Formats: sequence, C-alpha cells, structure tokens
Amino acid sequence: MYDLNFFLQQLSNGLTRGSIYALIALGYTMVYGVMKLINFAHGELFTLGAYFGYTILVTLGLAGSLGPPMAIGLSMIMVLGLVALAGHLLERVAYRPLRHSDRLAAVVSALGASIFLQNAIMLKWGAQYRAFGADLLPNVVFHIRNFNLPLVRLLVFVAAIVVMAILHLFIHRTRLGLAIRASAIDQGAAKLMGIDVRKVIALVFIIGPALGGLAGLLVGLYYGQINYNMGQIYGLKAFTAAIIGGIGNITGAMVGGLLLGLLEAMGEGYVSVAWKDALTFVVLIMILVFRPTGLLPERVAEKL
Amino acid sequence: MLQLIDLKVSYGGVEALHGLSLEVKPGELVTILGANGAGKSTTLMAISGLVRPKSGSILFKNERLDSLRSHEVVQRGVTQAPEGRRVFGPMTVEENLRLGAFTRLKGIEASLEKVFGLFPRLDERRNQMAGTLSGGEQQMLAIGRALMAEPTLLLLDEPSLGLAPLLVKTIFQAIRDINKSGVTVVLVEQNARAALKLAHRGYVLDVGNLVLEDSSENLLNNPLVIDAYLGAQ
Repeated sequence: MYDLNFFLQQLSNGLTRGSIYALIALGYTMVYGVMKLINFAHGELFTLGAYFGYTILVTLGLAGSLGPPMAIGLSMIMVLGLVALAGHLLERVAYRPLRHSDRLAAVVSALGASIFLQNAIMLKWGAQYRAFGADLLPNVVFHIRNFNLPLVRLLVFVAAIVVMAILHLFIHRTRLGLAIRASAIDQGAAKLMGIDVRKVIALVFIIGPALGGLAGLLVGLYYGQINYNMGQIYGLKAFTAAIIGGIGNITGAMVGGLLLGLLEAMGEGYVSVAWKDALTFVVLIMILVFRPTGLLPERVAEKL
Repeated sequence: MLQLIDLKVSYGGVEALHGLSLEVKPGELVTILGANGAGKSTTLMAISGLVRPKSGSILFKNERLDSLRSHEVVQRGVTQAPEGRRVFGPMTVEENLRLGAFTRLKGIEASLEKVFGLFPRLDERRNQMAGTLSGGEQQMLAIGRALMAEPTLLLLDEPSLGLAPLLVKTIFQAIRDINKSGVTVVLVEQNARAALKLAHRGYVLDVGNLVLEDSSENLLNNPLVIDAYLGAQ
C-alpha cells in the first residue's frame, strides 16, 4: 500500500491543503507585521469568503447560468473584492479607533469582532452545513499512470499559488510593497521616509482579508461543504503556520502553510488519521523549541 | 527658514522641552549641543512630526509644521537621519535609498547617483543587506537615505555616535559638502568640538532649556562650553 503512488497522492493532497493554509496565514502575518497585532477575526473573514462564494455560486445560481469556468473565475474575483471590503470595514470599526490605546484593548476588540462575525454569519446563513453541490465542478480526474489528480484539487492549488506569486511580486517589486515591508520593520523610520503608515495599515487590512476570503471559497469548492464556525480551526492552523514560518515574514507564511499541509497529509497517510492533528502539532512544537522565532524570522541581526 | 517658537514637548506628563525658541536661516549649518536628556532628539522628532508638541509652534518657510503628519513634513522638504541610524536591516542598500525617495516619482536615478558620488562605499555595497553593514556604513546609508528626498532642510541626529575617529572625519566632511551644495542642515551632536568646527552657529541645551546661543567661534571660546562640553585638551 505504501508505494510511490500513495506517496504522490498524499503529497498532492498535502500541498493543496497547505496552499489554503498559506493563503490564510498571509493575512495573519501581514497584519501582524505592520501592526504587531493578531487579527483574531481573520478566521471569520475566511468563513465570510466561503459564504459569499456559496451565495454567488449556489443561491444566486451563477454556476448554472454562466457555466462552471466563468462562474468560478468570476466568483473568485467577487469574493476577493467583497472580503477586502469587509476587512477594511473591520479595520475602520474595530481597530482604527484604538490606534493610540493600550495593546490589550486592540486584542479584546479583535476577539469581540471574531465572536460578532461568527454569530452574524450563523444568523444570516444558518447553523447547519451548506453544500456547494457536486455538480458545481465537472467531476474530472486526471490519471497519470496510477496517480489520480482530481480537477478540483489542481484548481485549488493553482489558484492559491498564482495569487501568492502575484502577492510576492507586489511586495518585492513595487513601491507600495516596499512601503509595506518598511512599515513592518520600523514604523517610525518608515514615517521619516514620507510613508503614510496609516494608509499602509489600511492596505494590509484589504489584502490580508481578501486572501483569507479566497481561501474560504477554495475550501468550499474543495470539500464541497461549509459551516459557520469553520474559521476557528482553519484560523488556528493558519495562525500556527504563520508562527512556524516566522510571524511577520510573508515568504515564511507561505512556507509554513505548505509545511503544515504536508505534515498533516503525511501523518494521516503513514501514521493514523486520528492522530493527525496531535502528530502535526508535536512536530510544530519541536520546530519552535529549536527555532523560537520560526523558520524565517522577520528581522536579521542589526549591528549598532 | 525654520523657526521654533516657545516649543514645549512632554512624554506622558513629563516635560522634555520647556519652551525652546530657535531659528535657522537658509543655507546655514546649525548645531544643537547638550548632554544626554537635554532634549536634542526630542526637538528633531517634533520637527519631523513624530512627537506632537504640547504648545508652541514650528514654522518652516512660514508654514506651520506642528499640525502636519510626518509624511507631510517630508513632502515639504524636511528629512531626518535619526538617532541610531534606523536603517531597514533586512533590505538592501539600494532598497533603503529608494525608500528615502518615497515621496518622489521622478529624478530618483539622478539622486541615487548623487548619493553614490558622496558615499562611494554605498555603491560598492548596493545589493548588500543594510543590517550587515558596519556602523559607519550604516550612518552613510542613513544620511544618503535622507538625501534621496532632495530635502531643503536636513536634520541629523548624532551622526558620529559610536564611530571610529577616522569615520567621524569622513561623515563630517560629507556633511560639510551637503551643506555647501545648498542644503540647510541642523546637526545634533554630543561631539561638541567637531560639531562646532563644522557649524556656523550653535545652540546649547540643558535639560530642556536653551542656555546658550552664539556663533561657533564664540562658543568654542566660551568658558562655560569649554568646561561642560569640550573638556581640557
């Protein structure tokens, strides 16, 4: 049973799941990088993305009227935009008024926003599972010898990787990306460069939630069903991924997410499904014991 | 060009500046001297908009800076190389310099060449991470970065701090060149002798109060300054 084919199966499964974790982790790490604040409501923005996708594709029946490829492409763009807007409103309402207050006040506000959003989603869409429907995507499976690759898995993985590649280019090749990195390293010095840090904060609260929301839609497509409290466990795992990668480090979040997904898939395949989470977290704790700042910490040693 | 009028700044109830007034004319190189805690850095931070004054005003070219946000101060042509250099360690030398030109869209390449002309060492280390530079090189980078905005007023906070004497000489020579090229400079220093040799005029602060104000020549010969800041040599 444990042949090369099985390994490839787990590998593709792990990479896909990991790419979803990575997308969510980026939101945590970008906001933390600039604000030194964990956005505890990020998991709920992820859930919101899933439900926006559900509404667009299933309730409004976009998939039926446009055909799957157009509908899914369009729903991705709409979810990115809608959750970006939600993230921006969250920043305006829950964080910006607390800019000059105690760090703890912002943390409490974040937790409050998380509870509020989760309940709002439950009240709006109900507490039961919602199904995306099996006919949403054509049930195509690619066969490469004995290795099976479902179309949906390929789609989720490719979408996540493409979005992350675009983000990487934006952060490293553009003027605004440079401003985001500078603000994460030293806000005071960034201000002395003429950067309006308040705008940078608004920007990361648009990009981060948009990526998280897209991940929510991808989870809906991949697993076929969503629930109002799915943001809790995904949020926790993605947050862990961000820590493992070195919180504040964008490449680290991508690496941490993929690593977490791979660990889970391999633990599931080679050890035991029941022990999957325990095993994963043992490995993650070990990483933190030996590298407390994560695999790719944000700061390099600065000489005085 | 720059005018501080009865400037008071406090941190959490403790007043650090008790009503400072000073003036800098176009093209001047003015130094602010004083011991630790005299309020020198606070003055520069207030000008740059990083701390809000409690009262008093800061005028630059007849416009009030004290109500502006820090990025708006940079847009007016006032930049700073802050205390402790604060270069962006995990970024390359060139990225640091480009950040200095954040408020500008055109002419950046020309400014870059100018800074490399002033500090050839930065050109050699162009693609190196700023965090791996020596202290002197980081200071060059901090000054070069502040020049990238093509400022009319440059604020320098303790550029000689922790540097070997030979490097201090290089840095101070560069400051002289920058001033000669037409940039007005306010230099905060603990190295009083070197600063006074360079500056046209000087102000001496002591725990938040202005105690002396004179031409550099006079200050170098003032017994009070000799006793407190220059020492016997």
